[in-house]
Amino acid sequence: MDALKKELKESIIEQLNLEDFSVDDIADDDALFGDGLGLDSIDALELIVMLDKDYGIKLTDPNEGKAVFVSVEVLAKYITDNRTK
Amino acid sequence: MKKNLNTIAYCRIKNHTISVNGKLLYTKDSQLTFPEFAKQVYKEKNIAYPKFFKMDNLSKLGFLASEFIFEAAKLDSDIIKNTGIVLSNRASSLDTDRKHQETINDKNNYYPSPAVFVYTLANIMIGEISIRHQIKGENVFFVAEQFNEILLEQYASSLIQNKKSDLVLCGWVDIDKDKYDAFMYLVAEEGPQKYSKEIIKKIYTED
Amino acid sequence: MKDVFISSNTIVSPLGFNSETNVLEISKAHSGITLHKDISTMPCYAAIIDNKKLDKAFYTLGNPKAYTKLEKMMILSLQDTISQSSFTITDKTALIIATTKGNIDALNNNFKPERAYLPALSEKIKTFFNFKTEPIIISNACVSGILAIATAKRLIQNDYYDNAFVVGGDIVSEFTISGFQSFQAISETPCKPFSKHRTGISIGEAAASVAISNQNKAKEAIQIIGDGSCNDANHISGPSRTGEGLYLSMLSALKEAKIQPEEINYISAHGTATAFNDEMEAIAFNRAKLEHIPLNSLKGYYGHTLGASGLLETIIGMHSLKNNTLYESLGFDELGVSMPLNIIKNTTKKTINTFLKTASGFGGCNTAVIFKKVTH
Repeated sequence: MDALKKELKESIIEQLNLEDFSVDDIADDDALFGDGLGLDSIDALELIVMLDKDYGIKLTDPNEGKAVFVSVEVLAKYITDNRTK
Repeated sequence: MKKNLNTIAYCRIKNHTISVNGKLLYTKDSQLTFPEFAKQVYKEKNIAYPKFFKMDNLSKLGFLASEFIFEAAKLDSDIIKNTGIVLSNRASSLDTDRKHQETINDKNNYYPSPAVFVYTLANIMIGEISIRHQIKGENVFFVAEQFNEILLEQYASSLIQNKKSDLVLCGWVDIDKDKYDAFMYLVAEEGPQKYSKEIIKKIYTED
Repeated sequence: MKDVFISSNTIVSPLGFNSETNVLEISKAHSGITLHKDISTMPCYAAIIDNKKLDKAFYTLGNPKAYTKLEKMMILSLQDTISQSSFTITDKTALIIATTKGNIDALNNNFKPERAYLPALSEKIKTFFNFKTEPIIISNACVSGILAIATAKRLIQNDYYDNAFVVGGDIVSEFTISGFQSFQAISETPCKPFSKHRTGISIGEAAASVAISNQNKAKEAIQIIGDGSCNDANHISGPSRTGEGLYLSMLSALKEAKIQPEEINYISAHGTATAFNDEMEAIAFNRAKLEHIPLNSLKGYYGHTLGASGLLETIIGMHSLKNNTLYESLGFDELGVSMPLNIIKNTTKKTINTFLKTASGFGGCNTAVIFKKVTH
């Protein structure tokens, strides 16, 4: 689980071009949207692509995304439960 | 009646250099790729705007040129907010279009990226500049084989004549494969510096 | 400043290859949107022009194999508009081309990738018709078509040109479809603008062209009386929550036209059928006190034809004026935006003297243009 969380933080920084962040800057329970990392709607869509590409999880309902992209903690648990690759 | 325009400020970015109002401000290592060059300038200039790193190369180029222009122009944000933005280039967004195309060429590895796709329109750069400076003015993006200062002058003049804008940010911002060229200038009906459109053409050609 | 008039026009779309046929199909509530399985990795609804029909129509003009699909659509449309027009091409005639992606399919088909450069497209059209001035290409996302009309008006008003031919066009490509799919913006059914159960856009392809002039000789001439094109300065893809740019664009157009909101008889809205776009438009129309004006979106007939849409929909608006008819907003059932709007549910006869065309697009751009019937 810890390895997955680290991997996710790396992917988020890389995929979403968070230039000013390093893995250590992101706490497991930091809010991804809003005041936390300040991600926006395009980032949310990009995370959906990441879930599909890296973990074989297809999210089609935007509301489902909202429940999953809360924090790295929540995301990692969701991936562990649902990954197909 | 046609309006005579004056140029308040201008900026040129090409060949790893940046000059503003004819004065050379940055010369960087010619080995740098455009994103590396843009990042160095961003850091040195202390532009605190994390969205910059989400932009595609075209938007980064236009964004940087506009940063220098508005800094040099020294205008109140109240005056800036109604600026018309009239930009142009040759390659449109092809630099990013090719990246999007790559994501869909292989049917077994088919993951089009929304963050790439959104930049497959050249006028996104106008949106980025508008967001940065809270400009809610007129917009247009023209594509042409080469820099056409006459069309830009006619359009800018029409915007001022028709009372749509007081200031117009004009320019050529082109990026294609490894080549990039930005020439941006801010015009108004009256300005402290008397740079006419004939001079604009001359600066673009010689600079 | 000179008065500016818009007159002869041609739509090339899945509903037909001239404006009259298109209007007839609309009056019968026929849609060009059908299910397609071979565009992208997933089936999707789109409005696509049949290649064989296009080549057959183009055959008398040139070798269909030598031109891209978009070039054929644009040339076919312009040929008809130019031949109907009351003026000829001179050195004060502008050629204005509106497109978002041009020949983007050239990145991945039998044509050379260089064909994807927009100046290559404009050169083909300029040469075909022997235009004498440098083509003006507008590529400003989904407002390109209507912004091209505003641009023609502005340049003619200020005497840089006497007249202009404006052509807009875009094709349905895997490039575009895959991108909108990644945005999860493609509807699972033919699109349903402003409806409660709308789930996104359907993409369409079309070319449309008009003649614009400082003379009102043509009997179908309609005056362009005001325009505005303002940015939201909010987000590069998400529509503004306050409808700011669209509201400012309409205000700017109304001010120039020197008319009050209630003098508008019909609104041809953008209405893409995404959740956020239609909501944004509803807010902007309410802010501009236009919520009672009969309004439609033509996306239910054509899908979203991107750079062509503003031009194509303006032409339908011109025919609404001419025929004094409000056309049904196809796909609409129950209002699905938070503010009131007067959506046209059935095609009805009504005297229309003035209409407003609006469009909004990625990059936070918006355009509004007002048209008025000319009394000869």
